[in-house]
Amino acid sequence: MPAIITKNLSFSYGQGELKRQVLNNVNLTIERGEIVIMTGPSGSGKTTLLTILGGLRAASEGSAIVLDQEMIGSSEATQMKIRSQSGYIFQQHNLIPQLDALQNVCTALELDGTGTESERKKKASEMLESVGLGDRLHHRPAELSGGQRQRVSIARALVRHPQLILADEPTASLDKHSGQEAVSILKKLAKEAGTTILLVTHDYRILDMADRVITLEDGVLK
Amino acid sequence: MVSNFFFAARLAWRQLIHDRSKLVAATLGVLFACVLVFMQLGFKDSLETSAASAPAKMKGDIFLLHKQTEAMWRPVEFNRSLLMRALGNPDVSAVHPMYISLGQFKNMDTRTKRTLMIYGFNPDADLMDIPDVSAQRDKIRMKDNVLFDRASRPEFGPVAQQIAENRTITEINDYKVNLAGTFLMGTSFGADGNVITSDLNFHRIFKGRSPDQVDLGFIQLKDKTKADKVVKDIKALVGDEVLVLTYAELVAYEQAYWNNTAPVGFIFGMGVIMGLVVGMVIVYQILFTDITNNLAQYATLKAMGYTQGYLMKVVFASAAFLAVLGFIPGLGVSLILYNVAERNIYIPFPMPPQKIITVFCFILVMCFGAGLLAIRKLKAANPADMF
Repeated sequence: MPAIITKNLSFSYGQGELKRQVLNNVNLTIERGEIVIMTGPSGSGKTTLLTILGGLRAASEGSAIVLDQEMIGSSEATQMKIRSQSGYIFQQHNLIPQLDALQNVCTALELDGTGTESERKKKASEMLESVGLGDRLHHRPAELSGGQRQRVSIARALVRHPQLILADEPTASLDKHSGQEAVSILKKLAKEAGTTILLVTHDYRILDMADRVITLEDGVLK
Repeated sequence: MVSNFFFAARLAWRQLIHDRSKLVAATLGVLFACVLVFMQLGFKDSLETSAASAPAKMKGDIFLLHKQTEAMWRPVEFNRSLLMRALGNPDVSAVHPMYISLGQFKNMDTRTKRTLMIYGFNPDADLMDIPDVSAQRDKIRMKDNVLFDRASRPEFGPVAQQIAENRTITEINDYKVNLAGTFLMGTSFGADGNVITSDLNFHRIFKGRSPDQVDLGFIQLKDKTKADKVVKDIKALVGDEVLVLTYAELVAYEQAYWNNTAPVGFIFGMGVIMGLVVGMVIVYQILFTDITNNLAQYATLKAMGYTQGYLMKVVFASAAFLAVLGFIPGLGVSLILYNVAERNIYIPFPMPPQKIITVFCFILVMCFGAGLLAIRKLKAANPADMF
């Protein structure tokens, strides 16, 4: 079973005359372990598609099966389940400024609350080490560079070993070097663990990391 | 579920202690509300305690009071024969009249006159539960001898010191009296000071008053446990003109006057509410700003699978921490202010444990109320709309 299958997925904002079609019969299949980059101009519906697949937005037309669960017309419980089974990486790192890198990564592990505090800390510090921040565990976001912050948020998304990573322009606020460093770490760790990645980007410098590049234009998959 | 609470509370705590200056500001806000509430309740309670301080000292089993007497500082006289009728009851062992009136006491140093309360009764009877009075009853048998309350307001002069220096002659209502000793009773909102003397001396000071008109009647019983029953019997004996009260009823009667007839309970109650509202606004501001600043982070937590309920726990945990952090120094400051107030206005400011618990509950409710207002902002932390 592929990680993501959408059939005739459509979505529109607003109602009546103000209704604006954002996604139009999107048919997309992403196999498990595949790394897919989705590009397209602004306003083409990339982020909307990502939020529907990640259980952040409810849609009602067509079908979208994510990790064997139908997201169209899904219950809140299903949305919550998908959220906890996938890892989201945003354009901004969105780290909690009052917590250090280790504590921020631990927030992902505290959700289900399994294991002891020291087990969670061990997992989190191992993950921070594998994104190259083993010496920055107790730095707060303000004490880290932009690239380092985004790597902390990658560690936070990966530490639960999700089956699916959804990334929304993760390099947009980074310079070329740290952007490429961040995505190459992401790619390496995902390949090792067999994690599926769907990454939305405008950044043509990172297209080569993908197994497949798809383009969304005006809500239609090209 | 328990761990969920723990993690939310820990996140709230870490967020709070990160910015020390903001934490201090928030704590001061709660502290301020706390002190305000404690002071208002302090005035209210001290008023109640001190209002009943005079009746509480009366040593009797049953009391007679004219039904038009609203409070002890302005009694209405009734005929002594009514009191004597109580002797007809077989359970009664003795009856005693007490004469009470406000009078003008002259300060020996400044020659200014100020109003205080004068109690007169037969020195053969031990009618007041004050050790110094019981011990010095013989002194007031002498003509014009009176006893002075050491806890009277300082405007009457340093009387205890003056007596020690053998300056004992002053005037009450322009009648010369001799200060024969002191006792300790305490002032109230009705009286700034107290003087005790014999019934005979009382009538020398208040020449216009007839010994047949009494202010407070004391009835002593052979068996004190029968008070409730005897009250009924005596009511039948004395008729409608006077109230027949047990000791507890007399104290409650005086307290009720200050709470209801005088609108003090309402005024201090308003003060408590104002303090809580101000505190709530301050805490709300702090919590609201925190949520606004953390909106993206909270939305990310939601995208990770955290529920709205979890974020609400974070906010309420912050509110609870602020309540505790502000309450502890607030209690300390209030204790100091209570002490200052006691020494300056000569009225007791008690701090019983139940008052501490009550105020803490007020502060907790105040902080949770602020949290309740602030969490509406959490709805904006919607990951689909933010990113």
